[in-house]
Amino acid sequence: MKPFTYERALTPAAAAGAAAATPGARFIAGGTNLLDLMKLQIETPAHLIDVNGLGLDRIEATDDGGLRIGALVRNTDLAADARVRRDYPVLSRALLAGASAQLRNKATTAGNLLQRTRCPYFYDPAQACNKRAPGSGCAALGGYSRQLAVIGVSEACIATHPSDMAVAMRALDAVVETVQPTGTTRKIAIADFHRLPGDTPHIETALEPGELISAVTLPKPVGGRQVYRKVRDRASYAFALVSVAALVQEDGTGRIALGGVAHKPWRVEAAEAELPRGAKAVTERLLAGAKPTPDNAFKVTLVERTLGAVLADGRN
Amino acid sequence: MARSHDLDINRREVILAGAATAVASSLPGGAEAQPAALPGASGPSHATVSLTVNGVIREIEVDTRTTLLDLLRENLQLTGTKKGCDHGQCGACTVIVDGRRINSCLSLALMHEGQSITTIEGLGTPDQLHPMQAAFVTHDGYQCGYCTPGQICSAVAVLAEVKADIPSHVTDDLTAPIALTEAEIRERMSGNICRCGAYSNIVEAIVEVAGRRA
Ligand SMILES: Cc1cc2nc3c(=O)[nH]c(=O)nc-3n(C[C@H](O)[C@H](O)[C@H](O)COP(=O)(O)OP(=O)(O)OC[C@H]3O[C@@H](n4cnc5c(N)ncnc54)[C@H](O)[C@@H]3O)c2cc1C
Ligand code: SF4
Ligand code: FES
Ligand code: FES
Repeated sequence: MKPFTYERALTPAAAAGAAAATPGARFIAGGTNLLDLMKLQIETPAHLIDVNGLGLDRIEATDDGGLRIGALVRNTDLAADARVRRDYPVLSRALLAGASAQLRNKATTAGNLLQRTRCPYFYDPAQACNKRAPGSGCAALGGYSRQLAVIGVSEACIATHPSDMAVAMRALDAVVETVQPTGTTRKIAIADFHRLPGDTPHIETALEPGELISAVTLPKPVGGRQVYRKVRDRASYAFALVSVAALVQEDGTGRIALGGVAHKPWRVEAAEAELPRGAKAVTERLLAGAKPTPDNAFKVTLVERTLGAVLADGRN
Repeated sequence: MARSHDLDINRREVILAGAATAVASSLPGGAEAQPAALPGASGPSHATVSLTVNGVIREIEVDTRTTLLDLLRENLQLTGTKKGCDHGQCGACTVIVDGRRINSCLSLALMHEGQSITTIEGLGTPDQLHPMQAAFVTHDGYQCGYCTPGQICSAVAVLAEVKADIPSHVTDDLTAPIALTEAEIRERMSGNICRCGAYSNIVEAIVEVAGRRA
């Protein structure tokens, strides 16, 4: 790790202000992604702002019948919350499918949303990577791309977003609440929060410099059968090859979001109109325009099959 | 939780690395208080952390980069906790912090100010083994032993997590009480890798202790 200075922020606005005022500053929450990358010198912050003392660790009911999840709520606590288990089970399921119990005890809501890609070339400083070193090229194109994205890709980057939690949040229409360095707050729909790579794969979210996530809100529960199915190379403690978050209502309508296929949780609302016609029809619409590589073309079939299994029984 | 209208940009109170007290400062990093640790400075930066390890209060000056794992092993010579991968991938470094298991390799020592850490050395002693340590011995829950301290800390935490009604990936019904089946134990222990493959004996040891408790 490169040397860095460290401070503990006491209020959200103070944290955001400090981040904007200090060159090279980064927030640290659970640290499970940031420290991993700092050890490899992929992230080299000069200053860390510890946000664990901000008091953003509660889950509260909102006035419109939803839930506000503090940015510092640990993944374990969110998954175990009785209201989440009852009203938003797809979110509990997605969280529990991710990482290990030790990591979930530390990982936070905001940190999970902002975790960086697991593209093997991003992790290897000897390789060209436009995300890590803008303009250096993309070693994954023409390289080993089995885990990488099949849709929404660009000539600059074909990485995926690795979060399971974010896929469920996309299906639930979550909203990210932030505090800017000026102290003003804003709300960003989860659909607009993560970006596609385009020409600037190093810019991953709608956050501005120094902007702090304070909470994620979920709208009023919509019920239905809720399923998160994750397909991976081993039964536990592995990232998704493909995952499906589904909310299916009795009348056959529903919502579908995918993980493991794009630079962001992938949802196409128009595809959901195809649900009565089954998994093949939905997948064709969801993945229309997909540009898989020879290594990862299997993901297109895997999405259709996983979705088919979810629609057929879909208990968890 | 702080509500948005309470957020006050002027109240920038920060506890600075190396400074013992909270200060209000408009200068990032509190240059007056700590000229040697200006943010962005290229040299190492130091700070003091005070925490309880296995019941003993410790106050230690560390390089800010020190992980909790390195603090335990290098500063406190508590070498029971092992470094396997140093990247959250193996679980050898598992310790219990304020009752919860974490990977000590992916946490900074400074992030544990005021917290209470339990390592394998704090669970039991050679004369008075923790029931989980004794069960690992009875069931041969190891071969080389390298992953064992992490496995045992994890196993102790698994039983506490089930008691606290924390579900897992294999829990059938999220709204019913959790039954501690072998499938539950295997899933909950998946963050601890054993290169010697002692998994089935580890599960037996945990089943024994869980059964005794129930
Ligand atoms: C071995 C391993 C396996 C894993 N498997 C999975 C998996 O299967 N599925 C999965 O989804 N994840 C997995 N993860 C990733 C894990 O979920 C993330 O590391 C974790 O969620 C990050 O949260 P954190 O609080 O530790 O973030 P940190 O590491 O503290 O921060 C991550 C980023 O978020 C920023 N940040 C943190 N808080 C805020 C805030 N409030 N406002 C603005 N910025 C902020 C930080 O500056 C940093 O850039 C795995 C990780 C490991 C190490
Ligand atoms: S796919 Fe993206 S993250 Fe991976 S090497 Fe290419 S630019 Fe880097
Ligand atoms: S050493 Fe911490 S998980 Fe491997
Ligand atoms: S006993 Fe050797 S690694 Fe587990």
